[in-house]
Amino acid sequence: MITSLASTLATAGIDPWIALFSLVTVVITVGMGFWSAGKSKSAGDFFVAGRSVSVGWNASAISGEYLSAASFMGVAGMVMATGYDALWYPVCYACGYLFLLLFIAGPLRRFGAYTIPDFAEGRYDSPLFRKIAVCFVLFIGFFYTMPQMKGAGTTLSYIFPGLPYWVGVAVVGAVITLNVSLGGMKGITLVQAFQYWLKVFAITIPVFVLASVVGHYEDHLAANKTAIEQTAAKPAGIERKALPEKAPKDEQWISPFGKLTTKAMDASIAAAPTPEAKAELEAQKKPYSLLYTYSLIIALVCGTAGLPHILVRFYTNPDGVAAKRTTMWVMILIGVFYVFPPVYGVIGRSLSPELYAAVGAKGTDKVVLELPTLLAGKDHALLGSILSGITCAGAFAAFMSTFSGLLVSMTGALAHDVYGRILKPDSTPEQRLRAFKWAAILIGAVSILLGMQVEALEINFMVGQAFAIAAASYFPLLFMSVWWRGMTMKGAAAGMLGGGITALIAISFTSISDVAAAGAKKLTDAAQVTAYWAERPLASSIKQFWIDHPLARILCEQPAIWAVPLSIILMIVVSKATAKTIPSDVRMKMLVLHAPEALGLKQEYIKEHEGLGH
Amino acid sequence: MKDTSSPDYIHSDGFLARLMRDQLKLSIACAIFFFAALVALPLLNYYYPEFMAQRVAGFTLTWLILGVLFFPYVWIISYIFIKKSIALEDAEATAAKESAKK
Repeated sequence: MITSLASTLATAGIDPWIALFSLVTVVITVGMGFWSAGKSKSAGDFFVAGRSVSVGWNASAISGEYLSAASFMGVAGMVMATGYDALWYPVCYACGYLFLLLFIAGPLRRFGAYTIPDFAEGRYDSPLFRKIAVCFVLFIGFFYTMPQMKGAGTTLSYIFPGLPYWVGVAVVGAVITLNVSLGGMKGITLVQAFQYWLKVFAITIPVFVLASVVGHYEDHLAANKTAIEQTAAKPAGIERKALPEKAPKDEQWISPFGKLTTKAMDASIAAAPTPEAKAELEAQKKPYSLLYTYSLIIALVCGTAGLPHILVRFYTNPDGVAAKRTTMWVMILIGVFYVFPPVYGVIGRSLSPELYAAVGAKGTDKVVLELPTLLAGKDHALLGSILSGITCAGAFAAFMSTFSGLLVSMTGALAHDVYGRILKPDSTPEQRLRAFKWAAILIGAVSILLGMQVEALEINFMVGQAFAIAAASYFPLLFMSVWWRGMTMKGAAAGMLGGGITALIAISFTSISDVAAAGAKKLTDAAQVTAYWAERPLASSIKQFWIDHPLARILCEQPAIWAVPLSIILMIVVSKATAKTIPSDVRMKMLVLHAPEALGLKQEYIKEHEGLGH
Repeated sequence: MKDTSSPDYIHSDGFLARLMRDQLKLSIACAIFFFAALVALPLLNYYYPEFMAQRVAGFTLTWLILGVLFFPYVWIISYIFIKKSIALEDAEATAAKESAKK
């Protein structure tokens, strides 16, 4: 019976092991959601897990939520595609946490609020500002759900060849939405924690087995020659396959300031009319590349500190000391994880170079899923299938956990803020619980619909957008509100919206021309390409503008280097201009943010506010 | 500190200012080490490419730093920060309670 099932699967092009591991992951995830649904009863349980999750569980859960499809699949793919520069992504994803810990985590936790909109309202006594903040939670959240959905669609169509992309998105989206609406955050904490350990297992075990058969990380790296070496080393046991035309050259791939950061300049150099113009641009290439690197670092480090679905988890700790310990563990857990995805990228470059030739979902992004099957060629066919099944299970865990976390924080914003505070302030706990469930279904459905639209876009690119926007909006808001007494509501709103929206516009300009360019790549005939661009006058003129102004292109693609300071300057200038509207009890608010919790100022503050009729 | 003797020391401007200054000082001191590495690595890559490209056990020096060593470096900074900030908070709480009793 089992063998006949396996042979049926095999004829459909499906590897039974891969299907089995993926199925088990989904079943366990859903099962845990149902199991904990029976345990979480009160509205508090649903929103922040009753504030009593232990450090170990919470740290695993935050890490589980943070390591998304971009981390699991995207980082490996990007290291393979562009080399050294892509290493900044995992490093800054992890280091952003330190920044969060140093400046934001402690005070926010002491202030004690369920969500960022709670903080925005509490700090400035402004229901209007709460509404603005809610819109931003939903906005950044949707930007971040799209790449997760893309990961889901891509992985399912890898496991089931022939399955349409949108079916994968719909199935995964529906399963997670059901899970969240049944279990709330308590269920999610458990599921997320489990998924962290699954992801670590799924990224490490295959790499250790692979490395023992096909050669180690450092040997594969040593096989790439640097600019100062004459010939590539040939470490024993490493058989490199020939690189296709499209792959970057060794010395460009292994050294800093490679393809990732010089794309805009390369396009301009290629289009330059004279050798003199080419030489002039060539001289600017490296400084611009340095600028790109710094802007990327700022976006990723500040963006981490501003991602709403990560911040909300600090409230699930019982006290501030636990919140700090949690951050320490999160950094260790994700740091350990992030050492491994680049290994897949490096080994993939030696052994699966054919992926360079393909684009999008069939390209380097799937190197994590595909690499273990190489063992089949080394007489370990079964082992290869099992390991590929494990990495697929890890990919499932990746997009499922991040999407669940996003869904919880977005649903929380909708149910807790829009329904509980704005639409129906006198609602009973039962009504609010019901609202949470319906809000989860609504947001899940919208995410699925959005996810279906983004098949053409790259996972990492979309995540980068979410980070840059968060860096230019939430991060300055939180940082300045916590450390500067002189902030006013108008200043905070002006900075958040000014920085966030200009960053969004800048990024959108680059994506308009990039999406159009991705479409043009599919055409082979020169006349067709000309006609294609003629049909798209806006995209075509933007593309020409980038070629004429590569610096503008870099600053629009990576806006953090100007958008973050812009946002902070706006906050300072507008706050100074409206200094009369500084909240009257700002000293008390700052005390609650900074005084040790042992002093009990929080309770005093709440009492005072109740006395004032709040 | 002249406010220390007043019965409502906790609610005074002096207490808040000192609290924020001490916390910010600690955070910035730790952040300097963190930012120094983030700023310095691209600069080293820029000005000393050959030095950074030398081989260390198969890795290039810069790859080893960014791909592997950066993580433990950040752990050390955060460990020190957490230890010091918890101690700072305890000291503040004790001092504030004692002055409130007076």
